[in-house]
Amino acid sequence: MALLHLSKFVAGASSLNQRAFSVSAVAAAIQKMTRVRVVDNSTLGNTPYHRAPRVIHVYTKNGVGKVGDKVLLAIKGQKKKALIVGHKMPGARMTPRFDSNNVVLIEDSGNPTGTRIKVPIPTQLRKMEGDYSKLLAIASSFV
Amino acid sequence: MAVCTKALDKVVFSLRLIRNLQLQNERFLSSSLPRLAAGSDSQQPPRFTPPPKPVIIDKTQTVTSQRKFLSPEFIPPRQRTDPAKFSMERKDMVRRRKVLDIPEFYVGSILAVTMADPDASGKTNRFVGICVQRGGKGLGATFILRNIIDNQGVEICYELYSPRIQQIEVLKLEKRLDDNLMYLRDALPEYSTVDPSMKPVPFSPTGEVPVNKLKVKMRPKPWSKRWERPKFNIQGIRFDLSLTPEQMEHAQKWAQPWVQYDMLKEYDTSSLEEKIHTEVQQEMSK
Repeated sequence: MALLHLSKFVAGASSLNQRAFSVSAVAAAIQKMTRVRVVDNSTLGNTPYHRAPRVIHVYTKNGVGKVGDKVLLAIKGQKKKALIVGHKMPGARMTPRFDSNNVVLIEDSGNPTGTRIKVPIPTQLRKMEGDYSKLLAIASSFV
Repeated sequence: MAVCTKALDKVVFSLRLIRNLQLQNERFLSSSLPRLAAGSDSQQPPRFTPPPKPVIIDKTQTVTSQRKFLSPEFIPPRQRTDPAKFSMERKDMVRRRKVLDIPEFYVGSILAVTMADPDASGKTNRFVGICVQRGGKGLGATFILRNIIDNQGVEICYELYSPRIQQIEVLKLEKRLDDNLMYLRDALPEYSTVDPSMKPVPFSPTGEVPVNKLKVKMRPKPWSKRWERPKFNIQGIRFDLSLTPEQMEHAQKWAQPWVQYDMLKEYDTSSLEEKIHTEVQQEMSK
């Protein structure tokens, strides 16, 4: 997907995956095998690795993850939980749609692994039930 | 001889005096200009002439446009829906427009939208971006603003008649070569980056809307759509940088040059537009 190019151009993150063809669909928010972009400053999410982080489980009843849902990632050969903070699929009107599928790594206890989120975070996370207060505390900007 | 020198001395002295006077005069002159005009000739006290009042032109103030403009969502789509539905919606749209000033804007204009957001700090959310698409007819009309914030592309789809919208400002009124700029998603990021603290650019309230003939450079090829295909008919992309002439010719394989002669697909809205425009003008002036 264009995510790769985005990460190449936008974040300049890494030259992880130079494949130039599309694999996962835009239409279905985040599901199993979706490649995602880690947007916090944790070392695990930012060190270059030859395989992009992939979703291997979505903790929802229908298997489709939207903003605020918890997912399980395969990242650098290990399993790690993460929270979705933005996706390419358009959500409801008047809510932001991002150019990449963004996640923030969290520990099993729910605390974020990093200490800073580098990209804007949708404000609708604030009204969602669930404990996002620590995530909102480390966000740099809202949109 | 001695008399002569004395006389010369006197002359020199008087000359000096005159020079001193001149010097004084000069100092006088430099200190204030209007005084000289009155005081140089006669010894009367100079009359005070106030400096001209500065004319302040407030360029930040937006002028309402005087060109004839009907927002595209007023024109109903061609379908079998009861026209009464659209006339009722038009009434509601006019009622909303009496409360909220919805300015004239086009795809390619730079807008700032303030919307009520119970979650945001300060309860309002202001987003600045370039309008990439206008969609929907009637009360459900939408427009999409796009911007790049912290190297992250963000798009927000706004409902034009949503009660959550508090203010719509046009920061730069212009058109682009295309009616849909969705290809900015696949273009280089500088083409969709807008400064969030941008000041409104003054525009002329009359005459034609300026067309920005900018052609964008694209990222390398896997794009979200095949923009070179004839059905998109994109003018604002520099295809010569990303595609070979062979590829451009290959894309023409999907051309449908007969469609423009299909009379069943014609939808001439000019008379309809005229009628609705007068109706809306009457309703707005009530």
